[in-house]
Amino acid sequence: MTYKGHFRIWRGDEEGGSLEDFEVEVNEGEVVLDIIHRLQATQAPDLAVRWNCKAGKCGSCSAEVNGRPRLLCMTRMSIFSEGETITVTPMRAFSVIKDLVPDVSYNYTKAREVTSFTPPEGLGPGEYRMQQEDVERSQEFRKCIECFLCQDTCHVVRDHEENKSAFAGPRFLMRAAELEMHPLDEADRRDAVQDEHGLGMCNITKCCTEVCPEGIKITDNALIPMKERVAGRRYDPVVWLGNKLFKRGS
Amino acid sequence: MSTDTGVHAPPRARLPVSTLRNDRWWVPQVLTIAGLSIFVIYATVRVFLQQNYWVEEYHYLTPFYSPCISTGCVDGAAHFGRFIPDHALIPYAALSLPFLLLFRLTCYYYRKAYYRSFWLAPPACAVPEPHARYTGETRFPLILQNIHRYFFYLAFAITIINTYDMLLAFQTADGGFGLGLGNVILVVNVVMLWLYTLSCHSCRHVMGGRLKNFSKHPVRYRMWTRISALNTRHMEFAWISLGTLMLVDLYVMLVASGTITDLRFIG
Repeated sequence: MTYKGHFRIWRGDEEGGSLEDFEVEVNEGEVVLDIIHRLQATQAPDLAVRWNCKAGKCGSCSAEVNGRPRLLCMTRMSIFSEGETITVTPMRAFSVIKDLVPDVSYNYTKAREVTSFTPPEGLGPGEYRMQQEDVERSQEFRKCIECFLCQDTCHVVRDHEENKSAFAGPRFLMRAAELEMHPLDEADRRDAVQDEHGLGMCNITKCCTEVCPEGIKITDNALIPMKERVAGRRYDPVVWLGNKLFKRGS
Repeated sequence: MSTDTGVHAPPRARLPVSTLRNDRWWVPQVLTIAGLSIFVIYATVRVFLQQNYWVEEYHYLTPFYSPCISTGCVDGAAHFGRFIPDHALIPYAALSLPFLLLFRLTCYYYRKAYYRSFWLAPPACAVPEPHARYTGETRFPLILQNIHRYFFYLAFAITIINTYDMLLAFQTADGGFGLGLGNVILVVNVVMLWLYTLSCHSCRHVMGGRLKNFSKHPVRYRMWTRISALNTRHMEFAWISLGTLMLVDLYVMLVASGTITDLRFIG
């Protein structure tokens, strides 16, 4: 079944831009990225879009479709009705470079700020021994494809540019949680995650979880457990006293 | 909201509108406001009504009056003594209600619900919030959300009391065993209260989530696994238990006031 779909695509750069209207052929089984490619091939050869695997695994084609953060390659055209106008814009939490291509360097800056994996001293590569039940929590977070849709939708930085310096965003708070829960990691990230990465700014409204294309339960399994760990260290006098008296281990 | 901040900040893609979402993103927020408002209004009225909370004949006590510790409590309802003054502005269950309220107020699910629906931070995903500044839970009073686990401990104890009340209701006024529709409603309510309390994120943390090596703590790992399974449905339990609380209170009120009679199966 083929029809002419109506699309509004944001075109421009950091100097300015606007939504432009296009009529593009839509075929059965296609995704929004197919339409963007057809648009490039037939009407707008200079349209900029970032993409790579077309299989929802590289995290390159993140954008906003009808205002919702999505992967273009995983958004089926069948979820829209034939007469519906489909609006595609770049992710709006980041600076734009051109058309649908945003500047996501904020995320790489934040990635570098997270203390890297810290194994026990003297334990070399190949010598790591871990039980499955000890690593399965962290393994969920390793599914992340770094599409940055969670960063894009998080209102802490999306609606407040001034918070970007103090807030790492859900993806990197999840990275801190992944390492904090790792059985061989010896670094204590609880103070850093609160003071340097801005965990306290998260108000657990779960938009990061809603948009995650990998289905990672970012809020329930990473952010809230980290908040609880921080609460145990910073805000729980009973835990503090218990640790002092009984020197509880992990 | 200023036109040069947030999604309108200059280096970002310029658009004349704050959101391009064309779905009914506001529906969940409206339903949340309606649901929470109904509960708060109903509970407030009932707590200060100070009557029709106890059915002497079948030992039904509404959870809104448990434990009944006011000198105004009737004899049979006061299972733990009467030691706070009887005053129109002091709830008969003044020892439990404030903590149950704080347990729900600081609950991770309810925080999401009211931050979105009442505080609009954000109203929905990718829909801009109206506030010029945002500091989240870094400052007073919201930094106090971090003591949620203490309210969990207290709610756990209060749920034990609710369970005790539920068990007492199987004994009729003459000392025999009795079973009526009221008992069924009380049991359902207590089950839902336990599911909500045990599925709490703080419970998940203290039971095992805080550990780094589950393999060294197999019992706690098993408990954490069970609670994690419940935790995925914490939102459902939060809403259902609000409903069962109102339902059991309404039923007890109607039976206590003589508006309806309890449907008895035994005794």
